[in-house]
Amino acid sequence: MRAGSLRLPLRLGRRYPAFGLGLGVVGLWLLLALFAPLVAPFDPILQDGTIALQPPSPAHPFGTDNFGRDVLSRVIWGARIDLQIAFLGVIFPFLIGTVLGTVSGYFGGLVDTVFMRILDVVLAFPFLVLMLAIIAILGPGLASFYIAMAMVGWVSYARLIRAQVLVLRGADFIVAAKSLGFGPLRIMFRHLLPNAIAGSIVFSMSDAVLVLLNGAAVSYLGLGVQPPVAEWGVMVAEGQGFITTAWWMTTFPGLAIVTLALGFSLLADGLGDMLGVRE
Amino acid sequence: MSAPLLSVRDLRVSAGPLDLVDGISFDLGQGEILGLVGESGSGKTMACRALMRLLPSRQVAVTGGRILLGDDDLAALPEADMRRLRGHALGMVFQNPASHLDPVMRIGDQIAEGLRLHRGLDRKAAWAAAIDLLAQVGIPDPARRARNYPHEFSGGMRQRAMIAVALSCDPGILIADEPTTALDVTVQAQILRLLLALREARGLAIVLISHDLGVIAQTCDRIAVMYAGRIVEQGAKTDILRRPLHPYTQGLIRCQPGEDGGGPGLPLPTIAGQPPSAGEMPAGCRFHPRCPRASETCRREMPAPHALEGRIVACHHPLTGEVP
Amino acid sequence: MDRFRFVLFRPLQLLPVLIGISIATFALVRSIPGDPVRVLLGPRGTPEAIARIRQQFGLDEPLWRQYFYFVENLLDGRMGKSIVYKIEILDLVARRIEPTLALVAGSVLLSLLLAVPLATLAARNRGGLADHLVRLVSTSGLGLPAFWLGLMLIILFSIHLDLFPVAGYGETLADRLHHLVLPCLTIALALSAVLTRNLRASMIAELQSDQAMAARARGLSEGQVFRRHVLPNSLVPTINLLAVNIGWLIGSTVVIESVFAIPGLGQLLVRAIFARDYLVVQGVAMIFACATVTVNFIADIATALADPRVRL
Repeated sequence: MRAGSLRLPLRLGRRYPAFGLGLGVVGLWLLLALFAPLVAPFDPILQDGTIALQPPSPAHPFGTDNFGRDVLSRVIWGARIDLQIAFLGVIFPFLIGTVLGTVSGYFGGLVDTVFMRILDVVLAFPFLVLMLAIIAILGPGLASFYIAMAMVGWVSYARLIRAQVLVLRGADFIVAAKSLGFGPLRIMFRHLLPNAIAGSIVFSMSDAVLVLLNGAAVSYLGLGVQPPVAEWGVMVAEGQGFITTAWWMTTFPGLAIVTLALGFSLLADGLGDMLGVRE
Repeated sequence: MSAPLLSVRDLRVSAGPLDLVDGISFDLGQGEILGLVGESGSGKTMACRALMRLLPSRQVAVTGGRILLGDDDLAALPEADMRRLRGHALGMVFQNPASHLDPVMRIGDQIAEGLRLHRGLDRKAAWAAAIDLLAQVGIPDPARRARNYPHEFSGGMRQRAMIAVALSCDPGILIADEPTTALDVTVQAQILRLLLALREARGLAIVLISHDLGVIAQTCDRIAVMYAGRIVEQGAKTDILRRPLHPYTQGLIRCQPGEDGGGPGLPLPTIAGQPPSAGEMPAGCRFHPRCPRASETCRREMPAPHALEGRIVACHHPLTGEVP
Repeated sequence: MDRFRFVLFRPLQLLPVLIGISIATFALVRSIPGDPVRVLLGPRGTPEAIARIRQQFGLDEPLWRQYFYFVENLLDGRMGKSIVYKIEILDLVARRIEPTLALVAGSVLLSLLLAVPLATLAARNRGGLADHLVRLVSTSGLGLPAFWLGLMLIILFSIHLDLFPVAGYGETLADRLHHLVLPCLTIALALSAVLTRNLRASMIAELQSDQAMAARARGLSEGQVFRRHVLPNSLVPTINLLAVNIGWLIGSTVVIESVFAIPGLGQLLVRAIFARDYLVVQGVAMIFACATVTVNFIADIATALADPRVRL
């Protein structure tokens, strides 16, 4: 790795403190997730009834759950799943929405009209309700969550990029590209998209917050990640039954969600400032 | 002239280390219209905002001088006392009536607002007074129009309404900051005629701020010409327009189309160069880099305002005895 | 008059969306693999019931005709019967709608009660300590998972302070309100974060606006300028913001009803998913979608009536 590649984020962090802090928080969770087997003190799914429901102690800083599993280790391993949720839950809608929005905005006409009607219908449904309905059909599970997320989440990206493309479509450099005889595919994805994408990238960061919260909520309801996998929403749900006696079972996984969400929020704010994009 | 209504002495307005208005003095008599003229950035708007003590931010403040109104020095008055004078002693009319009227409040309510809050009039009496004021500023069918919202008025009518709002609590002085700049030429003339009529009817004294000498020429009794935060020349309108003593005033007059500069087919003369910004004022006379008469003295010494031929001029080499 | 025509014709624009919603929900249930009769009746249908369903939904006919039967039934108020509860879905919805409505209304009210003073405090002390605190709290409020926040409030207010019930929904009105405080507060805390951010920004813009300056010039005090001019002008966009967030709000009630065991539509939806009671899922999703569209429609009209500038 060249030294410069490390210096850039450091310099950005100094100039944009919000971005720097966000980068730090998300980076920390990424490292924890990556090195979970090394960092986590215990096996996240190994049950040991003899040490069930122990409050936080030096041996188990976040306490243990009703099966005697170490909550800290489960929170660390949970970062793997929740980061994956935030990443895949953003990337699929991003790709689908961006492609569809670009094509629709570029060609206009009947394609665009039909497209906008579909968009209206998807937007008519409350986001989570439509997701749950799709998951109901597909059956509970993480894969269903990703499919539902892709089917519902693409509309925001499509709307964003379409609005940009409509503005840029008549720009001089696009006319120039057309005059050079470039095909529509090249113009759309080599000329239009790079100029229209900044807003979507900033939005994807704040969208990661929503996706993370949605993923955790769906898992909390029992319709996403299934036990015994360590995931923060699942852990909160498992802790709810012991809320009167074992506060640590719900509190710590929830705090993990809060910090990661805040990290993404700060990244989004900072990125918005840097790219000069305001939502 | 009897004792002036309003007397400004060495008024200084600064934004941090920068002086936006650098020690200006003028008087305003009862029923008099004083024109404050200058290019944008000359400090004329800041000067009149300072009279109202309504400077745009906390960084901009009155840092020196006195604003004498009766026994009060407005520059030193506590904010609560100053607020009681706003609307009562001093009314203000702004350049852009569209943005200075509350879009979600009926015109009549905006005029009645001051009467109800300050004069304690009840709803009905204030509303009747508002309709009467709308009639005074020449709005036809005022009883119906009072129920309109600002967006339902034309530009000229909005400006009339704003004048009615400013006059609602019967101030003796009206400060009009570029009141006609945002309006069509024909509407401009109507608003200026309205100001003259109000002066006659109410004995209103007016400070009229404009960058347009034509507007000033149509209305004012006296003129003060501002350049780079200072008044370079002030005196009776006829004197100044007929025979300016300051080279800058002369330049301004020559730039007026249809006055005595460039006839048909000739390009309009301009004053070479740009006015300096507050951060980089030249030493000596601030006009010297653009002045055809500048000498070594002008580059070194700031000319002090002094009386000359019945007016006050701040110039080392005034245009005395010359025909422009 | 234009305003009148707007109120009259604007509803017609809803028609395509409503048709779209019906197609989407129809397609949703029909895309379940397997015999639709089993889907509609559950695994234990009697032969008579199977025959009746086949006839009612026209299951032997082409898909487009099935859709028309579906719409025909809808217009008659028939969405089918729940497998679990054995009653018409609309009846089921009617029994379950009150807690959800109360939850939404209470949350909106509470969030405004939180957001307006907080935004006012921040906007009038811009750059001060209060402003920074309010901004920090509202930024972090955006990242709070509602289900977890609800549980934290239960730990604090129900378990430690014993002020509110842990879960459930009461019998009498007072009892129900008592049960609703924590759930409403949970949603309101998250919602007020969004509202406060936006309200603060529009208040600051209004405070610096020309018309606020003009109000000062006619002798109004800062308080009077704020109450009479800044507040009304910054509340107009807030109506719209609430409407835009209604979908999010409904999603939150679904989760929160599960957290606090409130017998509303959201809990009905989640339980129906587990029970494979597909017609209930379909019905509730459709009701929620129609509610979202209606709220946005009402907000459009309300904005138009509240803001004389909106050209209709």
